[in-house]
Amino acid sequence: MERIQNHPILGRWQTPREPVAFTFNGKPMMGLKGEPIAAALLAADVRTLRRHEESGHARGLYCAIGHCMECRLSVEGKGLVRSCLTPLEEGMCISEGLQLPNEITGRKLL
Amino acid sequence: MTKDSQPDLIIVGAGPAGLSAAVVAAEHGLVVTILDEFPEPGGRMLGQFHEEKGHWWVGKQIAHNLIEQCCALGVHIRCGVSVHGMWKNGHRWVIRTSDGSITAANVLLATGGAEIPQPSPGWTLPGVMSIGAAQVMTNVHFVKPGRRGLIIGVNVLAMAIARELSVSGVSIAAIVLPSQSPLSGKDALPKENVEKLLGLAHLAPSPLMRMGGRAAHSLKMAGVVTHYFPRGGIKLWDIPLKLRTTAIAINGKDRVESVTLADLNGRGEMIAGSEREEKVDFVALAGGLYPLAELASVAGCPFVYIKELGGHIPLHSEEMQTPVAGLYVAGNITGVESALVAMAQGQLAATSICRDAGLLGSQSDTKIAEAKQKVQQVRASALIQFHPGIPKAREQVYKMWAKGCDCVENN
Repeated sequence: MERIQNHPILGRWQTPREPVAFTFNGKPMMGLKGEPIAAALLAADVRTLRRHEESGHARGLYCAIGHCMECRLSVEGKGLVRSCLTPLEEGMCISEGLQLPNEITGRKLL
Repeated sequence: MTKDSQPDLIIVGAGPAGLSAAVVAAEHGLVVTILDEFPEPGGRMLGQFHEEKGHWWVGKQIAHNLIEQCCALGVHIRCGVSVHGMWKNGHRWVIRTSDGSITAANVLLATGGAEIPQPSPGWTLPGVMSIGAAQVMTNVHFVKPGRRGLIIGVNVLAMAIARELSVSGVSIAAIVLPSQSPLSGKDALPKENVEKLLGLAHLAPSPLMRMGGRAAHSLKMAGVVTHYFPRGGIKLWDIPLKLRTTAIAINGKDRVESVTLADLNGRGEMIAGSEREEKVDFVALAGGLYPLAELASVAGCPFVYIKELGGHIPLHSEEMQTPVAGLYVAGNITGVESALVAMAQGQLAATSICRDAGLLGSQSDTKIAEAKQKVQQVRASALIQFHPGIPKAREQVYKMWAKGCDCVENN
């Protein structure tokens, strides 16, 4: 999605943010250092952040402020994090939250 | 132990209430630490702006001023830190966080509010988000939530953020009603929404609409207005507000592709054959706000239910004390109101904390009275009223406090 370079009311970012490289599901991408992972992925047009643990259905960002836990995904070295609260760093290896085997969730879905 | 791991006061939440409280407490000599799980301080003020008497009120600017004052006074603001639990160990609170434990004699909970989820068919699809998420992405992170979106739900929050999104260049197809379900209740009915909007007429973009709103309100014309409300909607700024249109389902494979809309008659019944698809790539659900109060419950504070304030709130006095010794509250945790009210409440809470710590001496009565008066003044003059019954509802809470606080045991 489009980044706002010069906001009509809020202006430009005070100090320009440094572009950093990262990977999502192995694919190389660029984002801005310090922005939440969820914002970097949205800017890269990535909507699916996670597969529902039981059904495998696509899930994305919902509340953007850490309340709903919908945007959890995994970052190498950090484990499962809320992508809306986790600042992007250079070289991060990020992968979407995965569907789990049914033996773990214990329920059968139709 | 350093001063920093054992402050006098821990504030949970670096929003308008928490930052304002920190400034007052630090001015009186208390060592203050603020914790917030968002990566930067300012709370939801960071993404808020609105036009007021011909100029723009910019929350980010106000937040930055408060943060500067905090820094100058030596307040330690720790962001990216989540609070998981709290308990009393003797006379001190132990606050358990994602970055270790810290202790303090006093804790101020200024955790703000959260959005009421509004389940709709298809709402788990990526691209469906709360309206606050659209606000944060656009105005805090400067990334548009999509190319073209639809807002489902009509309330103060929806209207305020719709305006912000439109000013920020985010294309909004329309604001429509949620689908009728046992969960949507009256929020899905045109007449109730017209009534609600008439109460918001002071926020309307044109004097004509404001006058119309006032006139219709005084004549109790909601039913009539609903009947004549055009099926195509009216334009609010440049966004079509469609009070006779409902969103039946959000569609797409792995992401939002469209929303199925249908028209309603004045009684809220669907008009057969009016279903059609609106192509959008994101949907913002606006269910309103409720006080985010779990930590008060963990701390052992009793709760009361007050509909006008947004639901369950920790019992508290007008001076922002709770029945639990050393536990104070301020801002939206005490009831959903604007950032300006939250700021005044934060100042009042800090004044109470300083008074209870014996720091105000002979001035204590005057200072408390001044801070209380400020809250009342700000409340009375607030442009954005989340509910018309707030001042009365507040009185009700203070009466409950007067009756109930003696019988609640302090931890």
